[in-house]
Amino acid sequence: MEHLVPNNLNRRSVMNVNKIYKNTLVLISIFLGYFSYAFGIELNMYYPVAVGGPLTKIVDGMVAEFEKQNPDVKVNAIYAGNYNDARIKALAALKSGKPAQLSVMFSIDIYELIEQDAIVPFDDLVNTYEEKAWLYSFYPTLMENGVTDGKVWGIPFQRSTIVMYYNKDIFRKSGLNPDQPPQNWNELVDYGKQIVSKNSNTWGVMIPSTGYPYWMFGALTMQNNQVLMNGDGNETYFNHPSVVEALQFWKDLGSKHNVMPSGTIEWGTLRKNFLEGKTAIMWHSTGNLTTVKKNAKFDFGVAMLPESKRRGTPTGGGNFYIFKQSSDEEKKASMRLIKFMTSPEQAAHWSMATGYMGVSPSSYQTEALRNYVKDFPPAVVARDQLNYATAELSTFQTGRVRKLLDDAIQSALTGNESPKQALEKAQKSAERLLRRYQ
Amino acid sequence: MNTKISHHIYGWLLVMPAVILMGTFTHLPSVTTLISSFFSNETKKRPSIFIGAENYEYMFEDPVFVEAVMNNLWYSLGTIIPSIILAIIMALFVNSKLPGKTLVRMAYFTPTILPMIAVSNLWLFFYTPDIGLLDQIGALFGLESHNWLGDTNTVLACIIVITIWKEAGFFMIFYLAALQNISPDLKEAAALEGSSKLYFFRRITFPLLMPITLFILINATLNSFKLVDHLFILTKGGPNNASNLILYYIYEVAFSFFDFSYAATITIFLLVILAIISLAQFVFFDKRIHYR
Amino acid sequence: MKDQIRIFSIETISSWFLGIIWISPLLYAFWAAFHPQEYSTNFDLTAPIVLDNFIEAWSYAPFSRYFLNTFLIVTFILLVQFVICTLAAYAFARFEFFGNKILFYLILIQLMVVPEVLIVENYKIMSQLNLVDSIIGVGLPYVASAFGIFLLRQTFKSVPKELEEAARVEGCKIFSILMRVYVPLAKPTYLAYGLVSVSYHWNNFLWPLVITNSVETRPLTVGLAIFGAPESGVNWSIISAGTLLSVSPLLLGFILFQRQFIQSFMYAGIK
Repeated sequence: MEHLVPNNLNRRSVMNVNKIYKNTLVLISIFLGYFSYAFGIELNMYYPVAVGGPLTKIVDGMVAEFEKQNPDVKVNAIYAGNYNDARIKALAALKSGKPAQLSVMFSIDIYELIEQDAIVPFDDLVNTYEEKAWLYSFYPTLMENGVTDGKVWGIPFQRSTIVMYYNKDIFRKSGLNPDQPPQNWNELVDYGKQIVSKNSNTWGVMIPSTGYPYWMFGALTMQNNQVLMNGDGNETYFNHPSVVEALQFWKDLGSKHNVMPSGTIEWGTLRKNFLEGKTAIMWHSTGNLTTVKKNAKFDFGVAMLPESKRRGTPTGGGNFYIFKQSSDEEKKASMRLIKFMTSPEQAAHWSMATGYMGVSPSSYQTEALRNYVKDFPPAVVARDQLNYATAELSTFQTGRVRKLLDDAIQSALTGNESPKQALEKAQKSAERLLRRYQ
Repeated sequence: MNTKISHHIYGWLLVMPAVILMGTFTHLPSVTTLISSFFSNETKKRPSIFIGAENYEYMFEDPVFVEAVMNNLWYSLGTIIPSIILAIIMALFVNSKLPGKTLVRMAYFTPTILPMIAVSNLWLFFYTPDIGLLDQIGALFGLESHNWLGDTNTVLACIIVITIWKEAGFFMIFYLAALQNISPDLKEAAALEGSSKLYFFRRITFPLLMPITLFILINATLNSFKLVDHLFILTKGGPNNASNLILYYIYEVAFSFFDFSYAATITIFLLVILAIISLAQFVFFDKRIHYR
Repeated sequence: MKDQIRIFSIETISSWFLGIIWISPLLYAFWAAFHPQEYSTNFDLTAPIVLDNFIEAWSYAPFSRYFLNTFLIVTFILLVQFVICTLAAYAFARFEFFGNKILFYLILIQLMVVPEVLIVENYKIMSQLNLVDSIIGVGLPYVASAFGIFLLRQTFKSVPKELEEAARVEGCKIFSILMRVYVPLAKPTYLAYGLVSVSYHWNNFLWPLVITNSVETRPLTVGLAIFGAPESGVNWSIISAGTLLSVSPLLLGFILFQRQFIQSFMYAGIK
């Protein structure tokens, strides 16, 4: 307090007492401020889990670990249903209620979030060289959906690709080599036919067409060497001949080759169908891996998706975003949380617990994941497939454009329209929607 | 004079809370819905501007909207008539001397108190191809498995069945009440005259059930526009919008596409339909409301 | 003798058959919930009975919080409905005030324009009132209920005027007349309306889905929808267990007081 005592104490003592008093107050408030800082940064994080079960517990566990290491930050993970719900709820909460400072949301929500002016690019938040390097420590393919306008808006976390699960027991029973899953479209059809002919009551393959049809379709088109949209999110290629051909192939699996049920196939019940041995092959998110591993009563394998002209799959899943509306302190704390969650050790733990991918090459270098992979090779299929992966369908007006494509796919699969008709129509409507973003 | 004025004041004071609340959440939003339907959607980067009837033009050209309206029409027809017929049958069953009457009545009524959203998952099991209950039963009879919810031809019917299941027991109650009002003397007289059960139903019971049927008809029609909970779990309006309904589409446009002004436009369409039903109701029920 | 034959009549058999179809979803829920998961789609009568699914379901989602929320929402709505509808019904039944007819018709509009239809604008209003993601926000659009007002008005109208006059002679003011004469006589109406309202809001989904964001406000139905969302891969055993948990209070109440439930719905509908 020495420096607060003025020189001419006698003459202006009243004023000085006042000053001392004021300064003390300032000190106290700084102290209190520090205190509340020490105990008080609270982060709300919306998190999409379609799965009500294990996923929330795993995230809770990781968050608890983070809080232990960072006692000054409290994190409320708010589980808000599927990706769509999570986005709606997080955006809604910005306007009223309990605003979120960061969230995991669909990687393809990026344009919508930018349009709503809701998020900040990570480039604005990183300062040190080390932090900038961190931005580039993830698999580049996983960054594709998070980058636009030359800036990074989303950090990959709950990420997946589509993989092919197959039932080795059924393969054996059908006279197929259980260690040789179909490598290309023709083999897929041939194997499927053999499976169907050797087993009553079992389908050759199932590719889900509700929930996220556009995502599965992204794999087929990529295998046919064609992407669905441009990098700026304002152009789509739904009526490209290779895209039409891909949809024709999908439809033919059911209606011509009879290796798949015709009509649409329910995303949600497919896993159960596979576990019950009703289909020999399913295409599904790698996020199901751990659950399948736990529940399969038969020998199963996981393989990359087959190729037509090349291999291919879209990436999928959720990225971390930071909301613009939060304070600088909160943004800093959010960065700490995101860094923690995506650190190699945590990413490895996450990948083993769920089946989702480790988001950085270094996570696969951790001892834990290395050992896990040694015992359970399917765990790296998704990662290896990243070499052939592309971004997931994401455009401006993403919800609507997505629905256009979903509807076209379902319309073709259910036989209402030919693939060409359906896709032409979707392309035309998409062009109309995207015109003002070009 | 004095008491009259106080009557006015007391009357208004008493209704005030109800009027304010209802005004805020029924009448005001109806008006603002109309207003927003003439404006473009607002995002942070693009302010809302007056666009006249553009939303309406878009709406009538929007194939998804048209399909949702057509589906809703089928959904209404498909739910209203069967659930009324079933309700009458159930009421007749339960009103007769039936062994285990209480249990049967309970079974019919139970769906009324179960949340649609919860039972949807159970129905999902019924409809799932191959491993679902319908296909398991079908397999016993050597039937091929069918992709019930994945086929645009059957999906709406599947949704309709669930709604009928949900509603019939509820409507049964009203018929039951009406049946219990039919005097036993009438029955005895009919029995003495030796008239058949069918004849009795046609000439006596059915005419007596008519007024309540009108009431239920309105109720069922209204339900067919607001009962969409099961779509959230079962189909999300798919495949290819084959089971999309108006209210579900409103939800989708507003909370999935964030296009509030277009959602408002569709809401206006729905409000117009409801207004027409209301008019019909007033024509039929005006007297009942007044003089009961 | 006659009754014995009846057991085998077509009428009896078909009524029982229909009854079994009608509760089959519930029967299935019991089957799936009480048996190990591999039996959820296989009906093997020798399957062991287990409680694991309930334990798992309970640990997967904050059901206790959802129960509390639903309880708070239902109670809030019911209590406020009683107060508001009683006052308004009393006014419409016994006061000739300026504009009462038009007002009554305006209120009846809500019988048709139910709050579900106006989710979009009501959502905006709630966010202006800063009530998004609050229990009050879930309940508010429903508390002024045209149905409740209508029902109570009919009941109050049937109260003999002499009773009111007698009370007035005793020097009762308007409120105490309402409380001493009308409300006690309308007890069956309150019970009926209360049961209908509770079962409606216990099961309500669309509006709560729109207006709630977090676990602290989410009612059972919304929690259950998230919990059982098919995107995650359907696990019927656990979903059934969760479903049974969340419907159990209402279901139990219904089974125990079946008569009152049915009479109430009947009474409320016939008025």
